[in-house]
Amino acid sequence: MFKKKGLMLLLAFCLVLVAAGCGTNSNESSGGSKETAGESGEQVTINFMHLWPEGVSAGQNKIVNQIIKAYQDEHKNVTIKQEVLDNEQYKNKLKVLSASNKLPDVGVTWAAGFLQPYVEGKLFTPVDDLLSGELNGKFVSGTTEAYAIDGKTYALPLEFNIAPVYYNKSIFEKYKLEIPQTYEDLKAVAKTLSENGIAPIALGNKDRWTGSLWYMYLADRIAGQQTLSGAINGEGAFTDEGLLQAATEVQTLVDSHAFVKGFNGLSNEEAKSEFLNGKAAMYMMGTWELPNFTTNEDIPKEFRDSVGFFKFPKVEGGKGDINSWVGGPGVGLFVSENSAVKEEAKAFIEYFVTQWGEQAVTGAGVIPATKVDTSSMELPQLYIDLFNEMNQASSITLFADVQMQASAAETHLNMIQALFGKAVTPEKFSEEHDKAISEGK
Amino acid sequence: MDKVLSNKKIIALYVLPSLLLILAIVYIPIVLTAYYGLNKWNGIGAMTFVGLDNYLALFKDATFWNSAWHSLLLAVFSGISLLLYLIVAMVLAARINGANLFRKIYLIPMLLSSVAIAQLWLRIYHPTNGVLNSMLESLGFANPPAWLAEPSLVLYALFIPILWQYAGFYILIYYAALKNIPASLEEAAKIDGANALQIAWMIKLPLVMEVIKVTIVLAVVGSLKYFDLIFVMTDGGPNGASEVMASYMYHEAFRAYDFGYGSAIGFFLLVICLAVTWVIRKLTASKDTIQYS
Repeated sequence: MFKKKGLMLLLAFCLVLVAAGCGTNSNESSGGSKETAGESGEQVTINFMHLWPEGVSAGQNKIVNQIIKAYQDEHKNVTIKQEVLDNEQYKNKLKVLSASNKLPDVGVTWAAGFLQPYVEGKLFTPVDDLLSGELNGKFVSGTTEAYAIDGKTYALPLEFNIAPVYYNKSIFEKYKLEIPQTYEDLKAVAKTLSENGIAPIALGNKDRWTGSLWYMYLADRIAGQQTLSGAINGEGAFTDEGLLQAATEVQTLVDSHAFVKGFNGLSNEEAKSEFLNGKAAMYMMGTWELPNFTTNEDIPKEFRDSVGFFKFPKVEGGKGDINSWVGGPGVGLFVSENSAVKEEAKAFIEYFVTQWGEQAVTGAGVIPATKVDTSSMELPQLYIDLFNEMNQASSITLFADVQMQASAAETHLNMIQALFGKAVTPEKFSEEHDKAISEGK
Repeated sequence: MDKVLSNKKIIALYVLPSLLLILAIVYIPIVLTAYYGLNKWNGIGAMTFVGLDNYLALFKDATFWNSAWHSLLLAVFSGISLLLYLIVAMVLAARINGANLFRKIYLIPMLLSSVAIAQLWLRIYHPTNGVLNSMLESLGFANPPAWLAEPSLVLYALFIPILWQYAGFYILIYYAALKNIPASLEEAAKIDGANALQIAWMIKLPLVMEVIKVTIVLAVVGSLKYFDLIFVMTDGGPNGASEVMASYMYHEAFRAYDFGYGSAIGFFLLVICLAVTWVIRKLTASKDTIQYS
């Protein structure tokens, strides 16, 4: 009997041990490196969390691995441990890790409003010293500013994007359509297409920021860039006449069936596939989609060759300039304030950003935030054209949902979906914006 | 062995590990959630204690009540569909040909992950290429609705896959309960001249009543805290038309960075679920259980 009792006891202890073992394990994997920073030669592990999974962002994933390999070869004492997540999962995990103060040493962040709570919570470390070092003057102007709060920069930008309207040349040819020069032309093009049973514009407004792009361009062209950015940062108001008119125009477009059927229930991916399948004629999206229209072998060459782009047309009587764009830096790299290997991590992101510039252009077809001499590279025409447009831009307005603080951005996105779904009037749309933005201050 | 299990110390020793685990994983987080609900917190920086502000704001929040209404509708629909599942289970249990095969077919949706089901139904509901609309068009409906984009339809469009997903689970539970009824009771009733409907109503139903009560609680509470399919298929949209309590909680906490408010919603959701469970148990409590033997 005693023996049995002892056995039971032993079993119970084993159970406790197993449970405890699980605890320490998970702590270690999410807790960041335990190694202390020190002189070179000492083994250092840098945890790097990013959002380019192999399947979804094959080009970027390859570059990341190349850069990491090269860095480890040059710095024998450094090991870089990757954790790769999908976009939305990444955002969620970042928040959860922040709440428990267990951020990776190096990670990916978005600019402005997204960055703010992390900076206020003292989770990201300033990287200004890197900007004045080797990287001085390497960034496209306006990119690092988006990551600055109260005069300090908290991340190094990787990409820079603008949003043109892509269109399917062969559909345009078939119906003898010209690239719209004015907003009236655009509406006429949409009308012809929808009369012929072709969806004019692919829009996946379940994701909401996609619709925001359309509103922002209309606002920019009608009320002018100054008014729009003033309203977003709280100096002006969304109840401005021009901005109200822009909201009204959104509903006019909806009424004239300019967007694909059921756009409020479609995700951006679903809408994109309508465009890729030639079922919709136009698609407005950031330049991060360029690889799909240029080098991505999974998409038929015939289609890729027929993709062109145009700038959002002028609105007659509007104050906007046709060279004014909606866009901004995509993601950037931060170093965690509480990282045990801060200096090594900083050195790594400096290296990463430098390498990323050139490789991103040739390897992934992404427009980088650093200045790259493209004259000696062989690049798709579409890419070069957009690259040039970017250099001639008169102004670039940062995506509204990135620029605003989280809660105001959420209101903005909800209101966009409601506006497109005609669940609110333009007046209500504007009022809700002003309310949310003034509360956020 | 018996002696070991009657020793109180040993019992405590066995219970302790799982008790500690369940405390750490379930009960402590509940208390913490209630506490976070008392704070204004963006999930990252410092918390500011605001007392009951979040809970009070909840009562004035039209969006919250809207989503609560949607959750309630789902609960009502799942409650009603239990009846359908029971009927199916009765037919299956009545030794029809191929009952085994049908039982398996019904159970398969239960084995798929919610995300896979969501992807499947997204393709069914796709406004232009979807199976449903293609079928409707070929049947002569000129302009079928975009199911997931229409605020008045989206909620009901979502209910169908949700109910479909769990149908097999409840049918299986009922089937097992019905199979437990001794065949002799049915035979005796038949000899007394009862028809199939009478047997189902007078004999089978009372005997599986206890199981039915459990499934009602499961279905209603499960519906109130339902999240995954709605999150993947519509994300509460368009414009909040399919927002339920759990998705609203997620949006407030993770999208708007208002973890205090999100926690308040979460805690309130728990209170509602507990209250509903209690009410259902009171309503369905019977003084004596029926046993025919």
